[in-house]
Amino acid sequence: MSEKLLEIQDERLSFFTQAGEVKALNNVSFSMEQGDVLGIVGESGSGKSVTAYSIMGLTAYPGKLIGGTIHFNGHEIEKMTEKEFRKMRGNEVSIIFQDPMTSLNPVYTIGNQIVEVIRLHTNKTKKEAYARAKELLELVGMNEPEKRLKQYPHELSGGMRQRVMIAIALACEPKLLIADEPTTALDVTIQAQILELMQELRAKLGMSIIMITHDLGVVASMCEKIAVMYAGHIVEYGTTDEIFYQPGHEYTKGLINSIPKLNAQGKERLIPIEGTPVDLLNPPAGCPFAPRCTNCMKVCLREMPPRTDLSDTHYSLCWLHQKQQAEQGGKAE
Amino acid sequence: MSEVKNLVEVQHLQQYFPAGGHGAKKRYVQAVDDVSFAIRKGETLGLVGESGCGKTTTGRTLLRLYEPTDGRVIYDGKIIFDSGKHPLQNSDGTPILGADGQPQMGKKVAVDMLPYRRKMQIVFQDPYASLDPRMTIGDIVGEAIDIHHLAENQKERQDKIIALLATVGLNSEHANRYPHEFSGGQRQRVGIARALAVDPEFIVCDEPVSALDVSIQAQVVNMFEDLQREMGLTYLFIAHDLSVVKHISNRIGVMYLGKLVELADSFELIGHSVHPYTRSLISAIPVADPKTARNSQRIVLQGDVPSPLNPPSGCRLRTRCPYADERCAAEVPAFKEVGPGHWAACHHLDRVK
Repeated sequence: MSEKLLEIQDERLSFFTQAGEVKALNNVSFSMEQGDVLGIVGESGSGKSVTAYSIMGLTAYPGKLIGGTIHFNGHEIEKMTEKEFRKMRGNEVSIIFQDPMTSLNPVYTIGNQIVEVIRLHTNKTKKEAYARAKELLELVGMNEPEKRLKQYPHELSGGMRQRVMIAIALACEPKLLIADEPTTALDVTIQAQILELMQELRAKLGMSIIMITHDLGVVASMCEKIAVMYAGHIVEYGTTDEIFYQPGHEYTKGLINSIPKLNAQGKERLIPIEGTPVDLLNPPAGCPFAPRCTNCMKVCLREMPPRTDLSDTHYSLCWLHQKQQAEQGGKAE
Repeated sequence: MSEVKNLVEVQHLQQYFPAGGHGAKKRYVQAVDDVSFAIRKGETLGLVGESGCGKTTTGRTLLRLYEPTDGRVIYDGKIIFDSGKHPLQNSDGTPILGADGQPQMGKKVAVDMLPYRRKMQIVFQDPYASLDPRMTIGDIVGEAIDIHHLAENQKERQDKIIALLATVGLNSEHANRYPHEFSGGQRQRVGIARALAVDPEFIVCDEPVSALDVSIQAQVVNMFEDLQREMGLTYLFIAHDLSVVKHISNRIGVMYLGKLVELADSFELIGHSVHPYTRSLISAIPVADPKTARNSQRIVLQGDVPSPLNPPSGCRLRTRCPYADERCAAEVPAFKEVGPGHWAACHHLDRVK
């Protein structure tokens, strides 16, 4: 059996702000094996980025890990110091941020920025690093890499900049690549190019990817497993087919129903999820989705639902499953 | 059968923004170039395209928020802008002939827009940037009522504001709050209430749902549909998300680099598009259905959109189009009718599969 690359157990993380404690992550658990592609979906503020950042130790003050364990590639993340993190970042895990416009330094050339990463993490000479930078730009499909190395970020388009970001992230061949909304700021035709590139690179280099996005379309084509997050909880986890064709949680169902289908034949009305997202400063006592749920029961408002396993790879946090199981159990007896 | 009346019509609309240089070297961003379409009363025309293709500029120019640099804009049968450089047209596009048998040129016209602002409104893309943070929601919605003198006294004004907020699903206590106290979806509702304040006939919806989360997006899209049914509104719905546009629109226009490349009924456009750009756009949309996504073949256009400062000669798509040849570089393809109500601009429609 292959070794687990990443294992997160009951992670709890809060931001201690002036307005009070914001519980960004509540008992988040999942694991990944080498080569897996996991999608994390959810709306803004649901904790999907924080989950990924915590693996890299990027949730600095006022964020604090208050419980749980994170094992990544033999490291115990929750016990690591900043110095150890610095060694791990880039080498074993790296990240692509959402906005390629703001994550590159405008006053350095592309070449400079890639070489900086390579020289920080390896003991290559300047010349070797430049050669490697050129190689990387070719790898991410940029034409005239020689010329690009001397250009500044403002001279490149959004899609090109995102390619540079990917090149930087891949500089040291990490085992895990975290892509935080890598295509949200891009146009659909460019998005298609970048997604295709990521799939190619994954096949070539065999790395694992965590894909954070709010676009269900992106995860449907890219990922094998999906975690659906709502208000800091993973409310449902399963394979892509299970999430799309047998969704268990009411929120997942709502999400799938609320997107307009391009190939729909008639004019159907969209089914939105009513209400507004939760205020994480004052989360509801029970299930966080209860105030917006159409099948809300009394127990939902009081207590957080336990985990219900729907199959070996599929679980969901919803009282309705418990109720169903109890009813089925009752009949069997 | 009586023809459905066109509410808004633009002919040869052009918007060039100056971008530095002097004299002969003066350069222009060719944001919108020779765009013509009509919007029928009560329908929704969708406008899609990538960022920088000129869809927002088209919407703003036809409202004359930017003064057009050329072309003609007709609202409800009256010309509200005419550069005087194009012959007048009948509704079927043929030129109107004068007494001497020559096409009759339009006169230069630029009417006072104030009375038209009551009929034509806009909802902006970013609900965070389009509301003044120092005004209460009540004042934001009430501002238009004041400008157009739509209320006799304070009480009537207040009643109107509360009624408008109720229409968009907000309640009276929200009127005294400030924009920062609201979530994105609620702010967009305020933007819509502001547009509705003058009782308009026509609303340009400029990416009204792009900044919202999917679950909230559906709420706002449904609201647009409800308002259209109740008040008989006509929309120009601008967005880059083709699935949303397809959902709400009767007809869809596709823009690329300042040009309209295809225009058709929304089902026709999605199912039987003829233009290579539209096809690649449709295939590039990630489908939220894993089985379809695995089997579908993407037509990925190579390269990036060229700069509108210096667009390619002839057909503007030619630098990225798999069908391009010399003719595409030499000649601008005409925007012609290829089927009933289906228009496209391409030299190689017979070869596009």
